[in-house]
Amino acid sequence: MSVVGGAPLPTEVIPITTDKRKSFFARIWSAFLAPYRRSQGVARVMLGVGTAVTSAMFLIAVFAPVVAPYGFNQVSADGERFPKQAAPSSEHWFGTSVQTYDVFSRVVWGTRTALEVVALSLVASVILGVLLGLISGYFGRWLDRGLVLIMDALFAFPFLLLAIVIAFLLSDKIGGGIATAAVAITVVYVPQYFRLVRNSTVSAREATYVEAARTIGAKPGTIMYRYLLSNVVQSVPVIATLNAADAIGTLAGLGFLGYGIQPTEAAEWGYDLFRAVPDATAGIWWTATFPGLAIVILVTGLTLVGEGLNETLNPTLRRRRLLTVHLPERGSPPQHPAVPDQNVEAQDPSAPPEVTR
Amino acid sequence: MAARSGSLRTYILTRLALVVPNVLVLLTMVFLLMRVAPGDPVSAALGGRLPPAEIARRREAAGFDRPLIVQYWEYISGVLRLDFGQTLTDNRKVTDIFIVNGGATLTLTVAALIVALGVGIPLGLWAGRRRDSVSDVGIRLFGILTYAAPVFFTGLLAQILFTSQLGWLPSGKQASAITQATLDERTHIFLLDATLAGDADAFIDGLKHLVMPAVVLGLLITGVFIRLIRVNLAQTMRDDYVEAATARGIPEGRVVLRHAFRNAMVPFVTVLGLQVALLFGGAILTEQTFSWPGVGSQLLRYLNNRDYAAVQGIITVFALVVVAISLLIDIVNALIDPRVRY
Repeated sequence: MSVVGGAPLPTEVIPITTDKRKSFFARIWSAFLAPYRRSQGVARVMLGVGTAVTSAMFLIAVFAPVVAPYGFNQVSADGERFPKQAAPSSEHWFGTSVQTYDVFSRVVWGTRTALEVVALSLVASVILGVLLGLISGYFGRWLDRGLVLIMDALFAFPFLLLAIVIAFLLSDKIGGGIATAAVAITVVYVPQYFRLVRNSTVSAREATYVEAARTIGAKPGTIMYRYLLSNVVQSVPVIATLNAADAIGTLAGLGFLGYGIQPTEAAEWGYDLFRAVPDATAGIWWTATFPGLAIVILVTGLTLVGEGLNETLNPTLRRRRLLTVHLPERGSPPQHPAVPDQNVEAQDPSAPPEVTR
Repeated sequence: MAARSGSLRTYILTRLALVVPNVLVLLTMVFLLMRVAPGDPVSAALGGRLPPAEIARRREAAGFDRPLIVQYWEYISGVLRLDFGQTLTDNRKVTDIFIVNGGATLTLTVAALIVALGVGIPLGLWAGRRRDSVSDVGIRLFGILTYAAPVFFTGLLAQILFTSQLGWLPSGKQASAITQATLDERTHIFLLDATLAGDADAFIDGLKHLVMPAVVLGLLITGVFIRLIRVNLAQTMRDDYVEAATARGIPEGRVVLRHAFRNAMVPFVTVLGLQVALLFGGAILTEQTFSWPGVGSQLLRYLNNRDYAAVQGIITVFALVVVAISLLIDIVNALIDPRVRY
C-alpha cells in the first residue's frame, strides 16, 4: 500500500536504516526489540509468552545432546535393551515406543529436527519469494503475468498435497532426509512471500522516490535493493513467524504420512505419531501424547509471536501504548519547535509521538 | 462506473475467462511434476513383478513410450473429456476412484465445515465484539491451540479418550463392518445410502463413526475462522456507519448482527475459498488417522505403490475441484458485495 498524501511513515518503519550512528548489530538488535517496546496489552503478553516458549524450545534444540538422556535412535544402554512400549518411569520419563526408543529423547531430538527444517525452508522461501516478488513487481509485463499465474496456481493447490508429492518425488532421488523435507516445505511457502512482496512492489514502483532514483540513472538492481527492498519487506516478519508455525505442522504431517524424514536420519515428531497410531486404540497413551504436545507447544509459541507482531505492526489492528506527553511548565515561554528539530524527532525511533488508535 | 447489471455480468465473464489459463497452468504443473519423476511410470509401479517384455508392452499400451509433447497433449485432451486416466497397478479408472471413495471424503469435509462454521462464527463474533476482554483472550487461545494441534494428534487423543478409555464412540472406517457389509451401496455416500435404504440403525452407526473425524478436522479450521471473523468484525466495528448505528441507540447485539456482520463476512467468504486447500490437506491426514475410506487414503495407497498414473489423475481432479470452488466463491462474493464487481 502506498503512503497516502506523501506523509512520512517514521513510526511504522522499523528503524533499520534510519539510525546511522549505531553499529550494524546494534541496529539489528533495536529493530528486533522495537515491537516489544511498542506493544501493549494483550499483544504484549502474547509476544512475551510466545517468545519465552519459542526460546525455551530453541534452547532445548541447541542443547539436545545435553538434555536428552539417550541418542535419537538408541535402543539400549549399558548392554541392556530398552523395554518395548514401557509406561513412563524414572528411567524413561516419557516411556518407550514400539521400536523401543526412549520417547523423551525422541521428543528432545525432534525439537532440533523441527527447528532445523523450518529454519532452512523459511530462509529459502523468504529469499526466493522476496527476490521473485521484487523482480516480478518491478519489471512487470509478461514476466510478471507468468510468475503470478504460476504462483497463484501453487498457492491455490492443497499445500499438504503439494508437499507430499514433492517429498515423494525427491525421496527417490536424494533420500528422505532434512533437505528433502525442507525443499518440499519451501515450495509450499514461496508463493505467500511472492504475493506479498510483488503487490507492495507494484504500488511502490510508481512512488516519487523511485521515480527520482530512476531519473538520476540508478540501475534496476540498485533501485530494487536500495529503494524498494526495505519498503516492501515490512510485513514479511509477521508472515514468516506464522509460516514457521505452519511449517512445523506441515513437516509433522509429512512425517505422519511416511513422506517426511526417515527414522534413520533424525528423530521427527510426525513419524513418531505415525508409529503411535496402533497404540492409541490399545490404551498406550504416552507414545502419541508427548511428541504431539511438543508440536502443539512449539506451534503455539510461534503463533503467539506472529499474532503479537501482527497486532503491534499492522496499522489496521494496532493499539499502541499512549506515550506520556510532557507539557511545558506554566509560565515558561511557549516552545516553537523549529523544522530541523521536528525531523530529528521524527527519526528518533525511541520516542515517536503517537496517539492510540 | 458501468451500469450495475452489466458490470456483474462482465465480472463473471472475466472471472470465467481467467479460469482457462489457471487450469492450464495447474495441469501443466501436475504433468511436469509427475514426468520429472525418475524412470518411467510402468516400471516404477510394476518393475520386478512382471517380465521385461510385459512391462514394455504395457508401457506401449499406456503410451509412455511416445514423445513428451504427445503425452502432454493426450493428458490435456483427456482432462477436457473428463478422462483422468487409468491406474497402473490395479487398472481402475481414476473417475471410479472418485465415484467409490469420493463420497466418504465429501461426507467428512462437509461435516467438518459444518462443525467449523457452527463453532467458529459465533466464537469469532463474540471475541471480535469484546476485544481484549477475558473471553476474547480465551477464545483466541482456543483458536490458536486448535490450529496448533495437528489433526492426527487430536485424532489420536480423541481415540485414546473416547474409544479406548471411555468406549463412547467407535472409530475406524465409516461404519462397523457388519453394517457396511449389509448396506446396499447406491450413491457411495454412506449416510445417504442408509437414508435411501431406510435403515435407521445404519444411519446412527454412520453418524457415530463420523463424529470424531468431523470434529477433529472441523476444529483445525475453526481456529482460522475465529481469527478471521474476529479481526474483520473488530475492523468493521470501527467504521463510521457502525458508530452511527450505535449513536442512534440501536442495541449492540443488533448492531453486530444486522449492520457489521454482513460486511465483516465479505473478506471471510474470500478466505473461505483458500481454506478449501487446508480442508483437503487436513482430510488426507484425518482419513489416515481414522482409516476413513476416502480419496485421500486412496491417494496414499497409490503413492506407496509408486503408481504415478493414479497419483497424477487424483491430483488433477483435486486441482480442478479447488479451481471450481474458488470460482464459485468469487461469484458468490460478487453477488453479495457490489464493491467486488469494480
